Amino acid sequence: MTLLFINARLIDPEADTDSLGALLVQDGKITEVLPEGTEPGQLFRARNIDENSAEVFDCGGKCLAPGIVDIGVKVCEPGERHKESYKTAGLAAAAGGVTTIVTRPDTTPSIDSPETLEFVTRRAQADAPVHVLPMAALTKGREGCEMTEIGFLMDAGAVAFSDCDHVVSNTKVFSRALTYARSCGALVIAHPQEPLLSAGAAATSGKFAALRGLPAVSPMAERMGLDRDIALLEMTGAKYHADQITTARALPALERAKANGLDITAGTSIHHLTLNELDVADYRTFFKVKPPLRSEDDRLAVAEAVRTGLIDTISSMHTPQDEESKRLPFEEAAAGAVALETLLAAAMRLYHADLLDLPTLFRALALNPAKRLGLASGRLATGAPADLVLFDPDQPFVMDRFQLKSKSQNTPYDGQRMQGRVLATYVTGAPVYRRD
Amino acid sequence: MSTPVSSPSSTAPQPPVQPVFGHRHLLGIEPLKPHEITAILDLADSYAELNRRPEKHANALVGLTQINMFFENSTRTQASFEIAGKRLGADVMNMAMQASSIKKGETLIDTAMTLNAMHPDLLVVRHPHSGAVDLLAQKVNCAVLNAGDGKHEHPTQALLDALTIRRAKGRLHRLNIAICGDVAHSRVARSNLILLGKMENRIRLIGPPTLVPSQFAEFGAEIYDDMREGLKDVDVVMMLRLQKERMDGGFIPSEREYFHRYGLDAEKLSHAKSDAIVMHPGPMNRGVEIDGTLADDINRSVIQEQVEMGVAVRMAAMDLLAQNLRAERSATAG
Repeated sequence: MTLLFINARLIDPEADTDSLGALLVQDGKITEVLPEGTEPGQLFRARNIDENSAEVFDCGGKCLAPGIVDIGVKVCEPGERHKESYKTAGLAAAAGGVTTIVTRPDTTPSIDSPETLEFVTRRAQADAPVHVLPMAALTKGREGCEMTEIGFLMDAGAVAFSDCDHVVSNTKVFSRALTYARSCGALVIAHPQEPLLSAGAAATSGKFAALRGLPAVSPMAERMGLDRDIALLEMTGAKYHADQITTARALPALERAKANGLDITAGTSIHHLTLNELDVADYRTFFKVKPPLRSEDDRLAVAEAVRTGLIDTISSMHTPQDEESKRLPFEEAAAGAVALETLLAAAMRLYHADLLDLPTLFRALALNPAKRLGLASGRLATGAPADLVLFDPDQPFVMDRFQLKSKSQNTPYDGQRMQGRVLATYVTGAPVYRRD
Repeated sequence: MSTPVSSPSSTAPQPPVQPVFGHRHLLGIEPLKPHEITAILDLADSYAELNRRPEKHANALVGLTQINMFFENSTRTQASFEIAGKRLGADVMNMAMQASSIKKGETLIDTAMTLNAMHPDLLVVRHPHSGAVDLLAQKVNCAVLNAGDGKHEHPTQALLDALTIRRAKGRLHRLNIAICGDVAHSRVARSNLILLGKMENRIRLIGPPTLVPSQFAEFGAEIYDDMREGLKDVDVVMMLRLQKERMDGGFIPSEREYFHRYGLDAEKLSHAKSDAIVMHPGPMNRGVEIDGTLADDINRSVIQEQVEMGVAVRMAAMDLLAQNLRAERSATAG
C-alpha cells in the first residue's frame, strides 16, 4: 500500500520547518520526505512502485503534520461508559487529528492492576480507530497509600504511572514509588498541587473569584506542589512529567530543575492556553476545569513557556462529563471538559494570535509527547509511522457542541468562532477520518 | 380599598416607556445602574411610610403568586419577604427546601422546573452555593429575587442598608463607610461594597487578613487590619456577622480574641465620627462582633430600622419586577 501526498504544507517539528513538499508513505510508514514539485509518475518509476497500487493525494497546499499524541485523555471505561467509550473517544480523536491517546487511569475502578489494564487494552483494540496507550495508577485505588505493581503493569503495556488529579500527599509513599519506578524505568506523571491549600477550590483566587464569591485557591499551590516534587526527584532520580503547569509562578522552579539535569518534563492543557478565569463569567460550568482557569498573565506566561520549550507538551486533558454533572451550581458541578476534537482548532488560536508558530505547536502536541513516551511517532521523518493529520489552519467555523463525536459534549468552546479544521487523519497510513 | 401610595402598576395603561428598573430578575447589585438603585429606594421610602400606618395594604401584587424557596436556614429574610408579599396582596407560599425533595436527590434545576410548572410570578430564592440563583433564573419564566446565594450576593440586604443610611444621613454619596469583620464569607459585604461603590462612597474594609483578603482592594476599598485606625472619622459602621457555619478552618484564634481586637464596643466606636451610625445585618453574635449594650443603644444603633426597611425595600423590589413582568406579558399577549 503506497500513498503519496503532494502539494502539502509540511509541518515538521523536528526540523522546525513549515514548507511545501511531498510525503511518500509505504506500508504504514513514512518512507521519504520530498521537495515541492515532486512529479508522481516520475517518482514511482524511479522507486519501482506500481503506479496502479499507489494513491496520490493532492493536499492543495493545506498543512500536513504528524498526528497529535495526547497524554492524559479520560475515557470513561470502565465505570461510566455513558460519558465516553473507547469507540466515541476514538472517533473524536480521529476527527481532531489525534492519532495516539494516552489514557488516564482515573476510572471506576481505577486502572491499578494488570487485570484492569488488560480490560482497557482489549476494549481499546476492539473499538478505537487510533492508537491507545494506557497509563496505570501509581498507587492502588489512587489512594496514595500503596504503590501498584509497576513491573507487572509495564509488562501489560502501561506507558506511564499517574494518580491523575489525586496528589500523593504522603511524601514517604511518593518517594518510595518514585524510587521503585526509576528502577523499572517507568515514567511517573504527577499533578503538581498542594492538596490542602487547594481543597474545595473552584476558581483561582483574585478579583474575579472574590466578586463571584467562589471558593478559590492561590496559584501558589501549584508552585508548592511542583517544588515538593522537584525535591523528591533530586532525592530519587525518577523520570517525571508534571501533567499541567498553568501558572507563571511555577515556571522558574521548572526551569531550575531542568537546568540541574533532573529527568523532568512538563505539560499544560489547551484550556489553560486559550481561556482565562474571566471566561467563567456568570458561573458557566463548562469552564470549570482542574486546576481552575488562571489569570490572563498566567495564560500568556504559559504560552511563552511552550514557545521556549520550557513546557514540553500540550494536551487536551479530555474529561467527559454528562449534562447532569454540569447542570449544577458552579461549586457542585464536576470539573473537566471534552477536548479531543477541539484541541487542534483551539491550538490554532495561539497560531493566529502570533503566540506560537505551527512547528512549535506540533513540537508540543506531537513530537515531545512521543519522545517522552519513547514512541517513534510525532515526526515527519523517514521510518516514522505514518500517523498524520491534514488540516486547514484558516478555515473558520462556529463550534456547535452537538456536532461533537464524544458521548459527552461539555466543551467550553460551544458557540465560539474557531479557525482551523482537520480535513483528514491517518493512522499508520490508513485514513481514519475524512471531512466531507 | 384605596391606597395613597402611588404605584405605576395601579394606574391606567400608559404608552410604552423605558422602565425605571430595566431587569427581569433581581439577582445581584452588580448589574444595576445607580438610577435603578435610586428608583428602588425612592419607592421603598413610600412603602416605609405605608408600613407605619395602621392599614398596611397595597395592591401591587394582587393576583400574583410568590414562592419563597429557602435552601438554607433563614428566619428574618424569609419573614421579611413573606410580609412584603402579603402587604402587596400576593399569594405567598413558603417552601423549606432542606426538608423537601432535595433530600430525595432531586436537582436544583428539576425543583425549579417543577415549581415553574405551577406558574409562580415571583420566586424568592436563597441557596448555599454562589451562582445557584443565577442558574435557577435561567430555567424559569417568572421574576427571580436573590435572597442570598453562597458568598456571592444578597441584593435586598444591600438595598435595605442603603435605604437605612440614606434616611439616617440624608444622602447616599460621599460618606465614609466601614464594613467590619468577616468580609471573606459574606455576601452582604459583597453586595454592599458594590452598591456603595456605585453610589460613590469611600469604603473601608476592616478585619483580620484571614477574613478580609487583599484582593478586595481591587474593588476600590481601603483595607485595614487595625480597627481603631480604620474607624477613624467614618460616618457609618457596618458590622458583619462572624459566619461560624462557613468556617472550614482556623480563620481566627478564638472568639474572645476576635472580640477584643475586632468586636465593636463604645471605645472603638469613639474613633468614628460622633454621629456615626452602627449597623448589623443580623442575626447578631453579641459579645463576638458587637457589644450587646451598643447594639441596643438607640442613639447609635439603627439595627431595628434596618429590619423595618427590609420589608419596604422588598416590597419595592417585588413591585418593580411585577411591573416589568406584567408589561412583558401584555406585550406578548397583545
